[in-house]
Amino acid sequence: MDLTELYQDLILDHGKKPRNFGKCNKFNHDAEGHNPLCGDNIHVYLSLDTDKKVKDISFEGSGCAISVASSSIMTEIVKGKTEKQARELLNAFFKMIKEGQEIKKAGLSEDEHIKFSSLAGVGRFPMRVKCATLSWHTLKAALDDEKKPINSEIID
Amino acid sequence: MNLKDIKSQFPIFKSNKNLIYFDTANSAQKPIQVIDALEDFYKNHYANIGRAVYGLAARATADFESTRETIKEFVNGTEGEIIFTKNSTESLNLVAHCFGKLLKEGDEIILTEAEHHSNYVPWHFLRKKKVNIKFIPINEDGEVEVNKLTSLITNKTKIISVIHISNVTGLTTDLKKIISIAKAKKIPVCIDGTQAVAHSHVDLKDLDCDFYAFSSHKIYGPTGVGILYMKNKWIEQFEPFNGGGGMIQNVDTKNITYASGVSKFEAGSLASAEVIALKQAVKFVKDIKVKNIISHEQSLASYALEKISKFNDVEFVGRPSNKGSVFSFNIKGVHAHDASTVFDEDNIAVRAGHHCCQILHKKMKIGSSLRMSFGVYNNKQDIDAICESIKKCKKIFKLK
Repeated sequence: MDLTELYQDLILDHGKKPRNFGKCNKFNHDAEGHNPLCGDNIHVYLSLDTDKKVKDISFEGSGCAISVASSSIMTEIVKGKTEKQARELLNAFFKMIKEGQEIKKAGLSEDEHIKFSSLAGVGRFPMRVKCATLSWHTLKAALDDEKKPINSEIID
Repeated sequence: MNLKDIKSQFPIFKSNKNLIYFDTANSAQKPIQVIDALEDFYKNHYANIGRAVYGLAARATADFESTRETIKEFVNGTEGEIIFTKNSTESLNLVAHCFGKLLKEGDEIILTEAEHHSNYVPWHFLRKKKVNIKFIPINEDGEVEVNKLTSLITNKTKIISVIHISNVTGLTTDLKKIISIAKAKKIPVCIDGTQAVAHSHVDLKDLDCDFYAFSSHKIYGPTGVGILYMKNKWIEQFEPFNGGGGMIQNVDTKNITYASGVSKFEAGSLASAEVIALKQAVKFVKDIKVKNIISHEQSLASYALEKISKFNDVEFVGRPSNKGSVFSFNIKGVHAHDASTVFDEDNIAVRAGHHCCQILHKKMKIGSSLRMSFGVYNNKQDIDAICESIKKCKKIFKLK
């Protein structure tokens, strides 16, 4: 795989100008994630409404282009989805990165599907998988109300 | 001595034809003599050491002990003061643990902000005993500000433990000054020499410190072996670190007396094959001569710094030294891990991260960096190659 495929424009753009960065208003779930070997860290905030819908989601933290882009893309895709859909998406993300499984378009717009799939190439760089999955693990921890910071080094 | 042909003595470069290895500060590659010595011991001479009386075991023991002698001569240590551990980290844990037993609430330890985690975390454990840790600061160049040591010392200062050469900036700590200040106050000094041995002259009699730790795998030897030089007064005073076979004198159901000398700290079966092969690594370094390694690595560092400085978006971590075998940098706008992935595509092995020095990185206000470190096998073409890779990296990340 060519490096320009890994570092495609979409990823570079989200890596440089992350969307939904900072603390979102009235968040009622949050979690921290760390990748101690890299020094990457992330804090995911989300506001779930009474219908269990992700009203708002954001993140703070620092990391490489892959990790920041993955976090930024995640927040864009998950915003407006139900908690159930968010959980399905994160499982689909892990399957895509770790098993190379393509995600079904169901429930995602064309634009969301392109963004989601743009990270698929990371699976071919085993040392970088944990960079892409950190934010998604942290999202899961936020949904589960996990109080202890998660460590993607141990999970992946 | 010409180091041009030395690369051919390292089989890794035959099996990985295009490999450019800039990660010797992490672990050095192994010359054929070391690999052969491991194989020869396992194939032809293997027996556990120090236990049995039959010939095979006796010869293995003698071979093992002669490595201790070789190490002692190499660093100009003293008879009976060289202990084998499993790595530098364990050597430093041994000192912190055993010395820690002599400490009480309110006692103070002085470290530096340049320490590798292995010379901080073991001391941090003593905070449970309400022992306080102070740090000699580093300046923005990354230099340990030794002139601030005196003001940190109180009558509660019990030990000073410092890094010899930084594994991030490559800067050398002014050990002579630290030791002379400490001696005047009768404070023992422990040194983490992991990055210094085989890259600079280490003379323990001249330094006259109390403890000096380093690792086999960073000086072209096998993994699994650490070395700890410890002054005899501490060997006598310290309680053992681990208990088990080999470190006892007499055992009954009520009482145990411990072995004297270094054996007290060498419980259980040791990495005997690796220690025996380490002798070949030391011989390899001695044959090249440390002074030749120093001039080789200094000329590489000068060349690399000159070439890499030409990139306007490169920022060095502290003041890079052209006197050492290590320096670190970042390409502005590219995270170290992303750059490292680009380098890897060109078979260039460079470490990205905080290099187990989070305090130093936080002080420099950065999360991670790219580290280049040299060994005897590196050459100027390697540096030209990484410069091409930096250009490629800038292109991928659309930097001007």
